[in-house]
Amino acid sequence: MNLSNLTIKETHKGLLKKDFSALDVCKDYLKRVREKNKDIFAFLTVNEDLAVSQAKEVDEKISRREELDLLAGVPCAIKDNILVSGVKCTAASKILENYIAPYDATVVKKLKGRDAVILGKTNLDEFAMGASTENSAFGPTKNPNDEERVPGGSSGGSAAAVAADMAVFGLGSDTGGSIRQPASFCGVVGLKPTYGTVSRYGLIAFASSLDQIGPLAKTVEDAKIVFEAISGKDSMDSTSVDSPEKESSDKKIKIGVPKEYFIKGIDPAVEKVTKEAIKKYEEMGFEIEEVSLPHTDYALSAYYLINPSEASANLARYDGIKYGLSENKTGDLLDVYLKTRGKGFGDEVRRRIMLGTYALSSGYYEAYYLRAQKVRTRVIEDFKKAFGKVDVLFTPTSPVLPFKIGEKIKDPLSMYLIDVYTISVNLAGLPAISLPVGKVGKLPVGLQIIGKPFEESKILEIAQAFYGNIR
Amino acid sequence: MLSKEEVKHIAKLARLGLSEKETEKFQKELSSILDYIEKLKEVDISEVEATSHPLLVENVMRGDEPHQGEDGEKLVGQSPEKKDSFIKVKSIIKLP
Repeated sequence: MNLSNLTIKETHKGLLKKDFSALDVCKDYLKRVREKNKDIFAFLTVNEDLAVSQAKEVDEKISRREELDLLAGVPCAIKDNILVSGVKCTAASKILENYIAPYDATVVKKLKGRDAVILGKTNLDEFAMGASTENSAFGPTKNPNDEERVPGGSSGGSAAAVAADMAVFGLGSDTGGSIRQPASFCGVVGLKPTYGTVSRYGLIAFASSLDQIGPLAKTVEDAKIVFEAISGKDSMDSTSVDSPEKESSDKKIKIGVPKEYFIKGIDPAVEKVTKEAIKKYEEMGFEIEEVSLPHTDYALSAYYLINPSEASANLARYDGIKYGLSENKTGDLLDVYLKTRGKGFGDEVRRRIMLGTYALSSGYYEAYYLRAQKVRTRVIEDFKKAFGKVDVLFTPTSPVLPFKIGEKIKDPLSMYLIDVYTISVNLAGLPAISLPVGKVGKLPVGLQIIGKPFEESKILEIAQAFYGNIR
Repeated sequence: MLSKEEVKHIAKLARLGLSEKETEKFQKELSSILDYIEKLKEVDISEVEATSHPLLVENVMRGDEPHQGEDGEKLVGQSPEKKDSFIKVKSIIKLP
């Protein structure tokens, strides 16, 4: 029996019917991880022992005829900036190369509580800073659709693991598109939830007013199951919230298409596939309306001030004293800081720390950081206005197809510009999903569906409609 | 364009050790990013409140009750240099 392409519900049914055991599933996935990881390099750490013991526990529950959770025995992959107790957590950085997580992140605790099987930790751009996974200190992940190309980033490892059948689902984090863009590049589903709906306790902090954890999965249904399993208010994260109950309505859904997202810079092939997908929705009876988000062009600039500013503050904790790398053989305390951080952080991390330090430094705060926060308000107002007319927004997830490894890494600004369709969503704290809607050659194209705050159910339902009853 | 001295100053504020070659590289890269960001000056921000947090948040309170936190030994144990249950730091005051 082929176990490589099972969804969560199919795995669950198979376990209940005893078509296979949880250990069969676990070993099947571990075997594939062993075979494929040397080429794809999706995983930084594989914890066979933990996975096997979790799977055995699930089989014992089955043999005792205990009630089985939907996620029980389902193999998953966790981005390596989310803590799994007792397992290395590196954030793909030299500065945390040997760091062992002392506790479970809340999302991991929740998955373990539901008996999901954790196969390992996946590659990312160092501290989640990047759009290609090339910024990993341990080497780039390859796109399973074309191994000469990047899987996107920063959650490229989780996206590639799911796309290459090395996990049923993965967890990623999204600060400016880091779940949605790799989902688009790898041809899987990626959901960035509303800011605050998923606890970030145990997520290595990057830009705290933007960061959010979410699922990467093969199907919309799986993304929904995982999202529901990990969401909810957590006393360990004071920014987390419970989603307010939404009244369902039978009103016809109106889809907005922002005109600023289809201008110069978009690959015509990507535009064509996206427009075909939108047309399909029109044929299904959805109403389509052009809308305007006039500050789109400025959102990127605001983002690249707010993000590095928050990052520079968050990454001040890596000082060579409390944990992680320490270069302290000679010299005084300042030397420890300079040497540890100079050696431990890669180029992109240092670039952002310096950019943020500059934007926050005396004399520049008002011209940069404060101005960016005000432009952020303008971006949010744009969305509010658009959502006054329509229920959801449809955009491409990325303006470009997966590019070749090495193609953009030399020019940091060109890498930043790729985030143009995803960052506004983080500035506004909205939920958004990327779903695969077509291909150009062998390269997948994602459609992004953006919703109002806490309307994950609606965007998931609309995403599912694209596939009808077929998975 | 940022000057080399400015880059060195920022690096020192951020506690990042940079070589001379790296300073030049970052000078170019940071300058081109800052040039791009200049665009923000075109936006009318009069009478706009700054957003520091995307959703409305209120202070979160909890009862002041004792509870078991993370294992202190395990957390201090992560430190590269420690003595007993203390983290060791280089002296910051030079004794005469």
